[in-house]
Amino acid sequence: MQNAIHIEELSKSFKRKRVIKPLSVQIESQKIYGLLGPSGCGKTTLIKMIVGMMKPDAGGITVLGKRVPDASLLSEIGYMAQSDALYTELTGRQNLEFFAKLYGMSKSERKIRIDYAAEIVQLSNDLDVSVFAYSGGMKRRLSLAIALIQNPKILILDEPTVGIDPLLKQSIWKELERLKAEEGKTILITTHVMDEAERCDKIGMLREGEIVAIGTPMEIKAQYHAASLDEVFVKIGGGH
Amino acid sequence: MRTLALIKRIIQQLRKDKRTLALLFAAPLLVLTLMYFIFDSETSDLKLVVTGSNPLVNGVLEESDFDLTLKDKYSKEKMMEEEVDGWLHIQEGEMHLTLLNAQPQRAKAMQIMLAQSFNGNDVKQSMKADFVYGDADTNSFDVFSPMLVGFFVFFFVFLIAGIALLKERTSGTLERLLATPIKRHEIVGGYLLGYGLFALIQTVIVVLYAVKVLDIVLVGSIWLVLLTNILVAFVALSLGTLLSSFASSEFQMVQFIPLVIVPQVFFTGIFPLDGMADWLVQIGRIMPLYYASDALNGVMYKGYEINDIAMDLFVLFLFAIIFIALNIISLKKYRAF
Ligand SMILES: Nc1ncnc2c1ncn2[C@@H]1O[C@H](COP(=O)(O)OP(=O)(O)O)[C@@H](O)[C@H]1O
Ligand SMILES: [Mg+2]
Repeated sequence: MQNAIHIEELSKSFKRKRVIKPLSVQIESQKIYGLLGPSGCGKTTLIKMIVGMMKPDAGGITVLGKRVPDASLLSEIGYMAQSDALYTELTGRQNLEFFAKLYGMSKSERKIRIDYAAEIVQLSNDLDVSVFAYSGGMKRRLSLAIALIQNPKILILDEPTVGIDPLLKQSIWKELERLKAEEGKTILITTHVMDEAERCDKIGMLREGEIVAIGTPMEIKAQYHAASLDEVFVKIGGGH
Repeated sequence: MRTLALIKRIIQQLRKDKRTLALLFAAPLLVLTLMYFIFDSETSDLKLVVTGSNPLVNGVLEESDFDLTLKDKYSKEKMMEEEVDGWLHIQEGEMHLTLLNAQPQRAKAMQIMLAQSFNGNDVKQSMKADFVYGDADTNSFDVFSPMLVGFFVFFFVFLIAGIALLKERTSGTLERLLATPIKRHEIVGGYLLGYGLFALIQTVIVVLYAVKVLDIVLVGSIWLVLLTNILVAFVALSLGTLLSSFASSEFQMVQFIPLVIVPQVFFTGIFPLDGMADWLVQIGRIMPLYYASDALNGVMYKGYEINDIAMDLFVLFLFAIIFIALNIISLKKYRAF
């Protein structure tokens, strides 16, 4: 199968600190790919470079056959940042409307997509409330809805389920799996929660800017003779 | 249109932000009114001493509102001692006026009242004026109120637009915005037009209030005053958003006031430029408010026409264009297109 995202020898430093060591990853189309790693290991940095918001020091990224940065890619990527980037004075609907317009959607399209995205994250009843009054979880959900708004081929979600209750988390994961299976979306997700990692088709374990293990959750556990992914991290940490 | 979407969003945001709106629309009027009363207080009870009497002149003066005293002999020293506002000496039909000028607005009022009193009379109009303190160029509220109008437009637009873009930066929404297909110039354009709209409303309110309510002198055209102030607003807007990229908090944005705003005030005509060292005057020429004040003072106080202030307007326009271009360039650190 064709690769949706192709990363080659990518590296990035801030001042003297090497945050991403030269690193290569292939992310297959129509798969859920999980980037797993402790806080500060470079997940967000890697993702920002893929979206094209940050320039790598060296190496290259190709998304859907196009070299990043490329203006035409921006409509193909639904991005959800780790920190909620929302206009708190506006209502949920106004936030969605604004981003939908930036993607050049028509009025009727906007209505359909806003209803759909709000439904997925179960915000339909709170759309006309100011974001100012939203809880942390609701803001996360609105950010996810914005990432879905333009119906992109690729979803890049940076810790999307932080602060979301377990029940809603389940339904969001179901929807992500449906998007992959029925609509053929490619999903790149970062997390530091192991039970989420278990649901990914493939995971890349990131540690201090290096990919230390790649494979399906089963493969990785088998490779390290571990019962859980947590144990894998402990073994990697202790072993090397 | 992505720029339109941005403009609409800015309007929606500002409409909900009542405090910012108040700062934008009410604060300039409040400060302007305060300045007006401070500088324009009490020009009544003007004390006038007349020497070398002339029945015709005395007759005219007695009819006007002066606190009038007739003396045979008088001197500047006496004026200072008794705090007399004016001393009119009449000799062989020539009138010589000496003004104390301790408060320029009182001196000005005296001249105006004298001119009004003699208007339509046979008394010879030519009157030489002499000043005890300062000179005829000493500024009063009339002289620097036009500059105040420009200053308030500059100050409030600078601060509010700067803080708005700063908030967009620190909240991460700017970065999020740049993950959408919006172009850098569309962001800058949206900001310019969105906040420009509010700046325009503010300008109209401030100018109308200054002219109609406070009765600030306006010899020239009100449209020229508006045009100048709109240019001022765009310069302030683009400079504010530009400098906001060098601030990392709202407090740091406020720190630009003594750095960027206050020095400009020195070159706006509150302090006479004649006495300044050459190099200092040259520094003034890199400051937008120098040109704004020159134009506004020209139109409002001296009745200049558009071709008299064309150069000032052109320079303000250039400032705006340069700052706008720098804004677009500064967004490059986020994204290359
Ligand atoms: N803009 C930046 N300037 C300096 N250091 C940064 C910057 N962004 C991230 N870092 C550093 O890079 C490392 C990785 O950060 P990040 O990618 O956010 O990790 P993660 O998302 O995995 O928690 C951290 O040590 C962080 O302090
Ligand atoms: Mg992160």
